[in-house]
Parts: sequence; structure tokens; C-alpha cells
Amino acid sequence: MLRGVELEIRPGEAVGVAGPNGSGKTTLIRTAATLLTIDHGSVEVLGSDLVPEELPTVRRSIGLIGHQPSLLPELTLFENLEHVARLSGVETSRVGHALDVVGLADASDRRAEACSFGMKRRVEIAHLLITKPLLLLLDEAASGLDDSARMLIDALVGSVRSRGGGCLVVSHDRSQLTDLTTRVLALSGGRLETVP
Amino acid sequence: MTFWRQAIEIARVDLVVERRIGNTLRITLPFAVVALMVFPIALGLRLGVVSTIGTGVFWALAILFGMQVALRQSATDTRERRDLQSLLGLDPAARFVGRVISGVVLMIGFMLTLLVGMVVLFDPEVPSGGWPVLVVATMAVAIGLTELATLAGEVTTGLSNRTVLASLIVAPLALPLVIGASQSVEALERDAGILPWILLLIATDLALAVAGVALARPLEEATR
Repeated sequence: MLRGVELEIRPGEAVGVAGPNGSGKTTLIRTAATLLTIDHGSVEVLGSDLVPEELPTVRRSIGLIGHQPSLLPELTLFENLEHVARLSGVETSRVGHALDVVGLADASDRRAEACSFGMKRRVEIAHLLITKPLLLLLDEAASGLDDSARMLIDALVGSVRSRGGGCLVVSHDRSQLTDLTTRVLALSGGRLETVP
Repeated sequence: MTFWRQAIEIARVDLVVERRIGNTLRITLPFAVVALMVFPIALGLRLGVVSTIGTGVFWALAILFGMQVALRQSATDTRERRDLQSLLGLDPAARFVGRVISGVVLMIGFMLTLLVGMVVLFDPEVPSGGWPVLVVATMAVAIGLTELATLAGEVTTGLSNRTVLASLIVAPLALPLVIGASQSVEALERDAGILPWILLLIATDLALAVAGVALARPLEEATR
């Protein structure tokens, strides 16, 4: 549960939120992603008050990497991204290039169920390269990844910021946030505090 | 992306997944055919009885196993997938329609195969002109049952024992479909009109389609 949280992410900014397990990090991310509604207070995302008519448009501009990969295990990596591209109305010709960028061009025909966690994460990064979100939300996205995959996440955050978008990155590990973000806050017991 | 393109994409991917895991073809259909075989074996050589109960057994097994076919998508749905679909701008109503399209394709294949099995094993007494009615009723039940199960899957999203709960929702609500289908063939035997029963099937299918599309978004927001 979150209490009295006030957080603004300005265009071009990447905000990090660190906190222990159960502190409300995922709740914060899902609220920012418009996937949870709040009981009190207000949430404004990309200039919208999230009225039902605006929700689909706002959501299309949000990119989320959560705890668990969201791939369909029975589809190949290429097919997973092709599906994402088709649903979001983006050219499917971007898929091959995105897989190439994340270093999975040779594994594009492999089913997701046969891939490691790190490979699935790379596919999710490729997905965000295709859909180009304006608000990037990363929930422990760098956990369990090797250095090259972490560099891809750095690049992803950089590309969103350079487009004038904002990023919210949460992690239990504060050291993961310092290089990636412009300021770091601490979340404890559902309250946000500035880290000195 | 338009509503229909989204719906067709959902249906396409659903059928690709089904082709690869083969739940309907490799698990549910063989079990249903085995269940169909149990009745003639249990009734021995009383061919008259076997022939009389043929269509009744067909409808019972079609509903029972058809529910498993129809509920298969919601059983494998995850919160991460639904979140992703929301953030891609997928219209929940398009997801409902897409799932119904793929489900109906599978369900019609499943039920028609079961129907052929019933004909071979039971040699049922079907009145003159009854076969076209039986086929139409089978298709109407396939559509209605798929809509109902897809809707039940949406209602029970996020619940731990959702498959059981969804089955409990589907079973009683499928009654108009069972009654409409069985009575349409019965009416032919009695030389009574079949129109009311066919209309009941069509009205049920339409009502479920309208409910599924209208409730898709509120249900998605309520079940997060």
C-alpha cells in the first residue's frame, strides 16, 4: 500500500526508486502504468487524467518491463515480437532489426519456452525498441542480467530520455539505480523519501 | 489498429499456440471419444437402447468436454500477458471477439468429430430432415458455449481456482443451449415446429456476444 506518495517525472528525466521487498515498488509501477487505480489522490500520466476515453491512447505510450517476462512460451522469439508489433499497429519489418540490436538474431526461431530468463528479458527490450514508449517503467528489470543486457537497458533508458520521455526505475538494489537514473528516491512502508 | 485486425490477430496467435500444444486434438478429443465408446459397451447388445440415447449422450459429452476446450485459453492467461495487451492498446472487446473466433473454430471441429463418432458408434434414430438441424444446432452450441466460457474466463481472471469457478459458471448458464439443441431434434420427431428452439439458440448466442463485448472493458478494469 502506498501512502502520501508525491512523484513527478519530468520529460527527459529518469527517476529511480529503491526499497526493500514489500515496500510498494511494484504497486507504484503498476499505478504509473495505469494498471492499478488508487483509492485516494490523483494520477496524471503523459498529461492525461486517465479518463476512460483517453486510457487506450495513454497506455500505448507506456512501456513496462515487470518481474516476469510476458512472452507466449509456445511462440518463437520472432513470432512474439511480430505479435506485439501487429497488436500495436507498428510495421513488423522492425522486428528483425530489434532482435539484431539485442543480440538475438540467431535465436529468432527459438521458442520462448526454450530460452533463458536473460534472453526473454532481451526480447522485452526489443519489444520496447519497436513500440518506442514515452514513459518507460522498469520493475527490477536489471536483476539477474549479465553486463551486456544491462547495457541494453541503459541504452533503452537513454533513448526514451532523448525522445523527451520519462523513466521510472524501481529496484531493491540502490546501486543498480545510481548509474541509470537522474535522481533516486527511497520507498519505505509505502512512503517516498528523498535519498541524500 | 482496427478492432477487427486486433481480434483476428488474437485469434490467429491463439490457433498457432493450440496447434503447437495440441490440447484439444491430443487430449480432450480422444478422452471425449473414449467416453462416447463407454456407453455402447456398457449397454451391451441392446442396440435399440443405444440408438435411442445417441443424440442425448452426444449433447451431454459435447457440453462436458466442450467446456474444457472453451476454457483452455483462460486457464493459461497470466497477469503479465494481460498487462502487456493493455499497454499495447488492445481493445478488451477485440480480445473477447478474437478468443471467441479461435475457440469456435476449435469447438466446431471438436463437436463435428464427436458427432461423427456418435453416428458411427450409436447409429442414432434421427428423424427425416434431422441431420441438417443437428449440424446447425451443433454449430450454434459451439458458438454459444465458447462465448460463455470466454466470458466466464474474464469474470474469474486473477482468481486462484479460476478453472473450477469458470466451469461452475458455464454449466448452469449453458442450459438454454442444451435445451435448444436437444429439443430442436426432439421437435422433429414429434412433428412439432423447430423454429422456437432454433431461435432460442440464436438468441442465446447473440445475447452472449453482446454481453461479452459490452462487459469486456469493465471486466478487465475490475479484475486487475
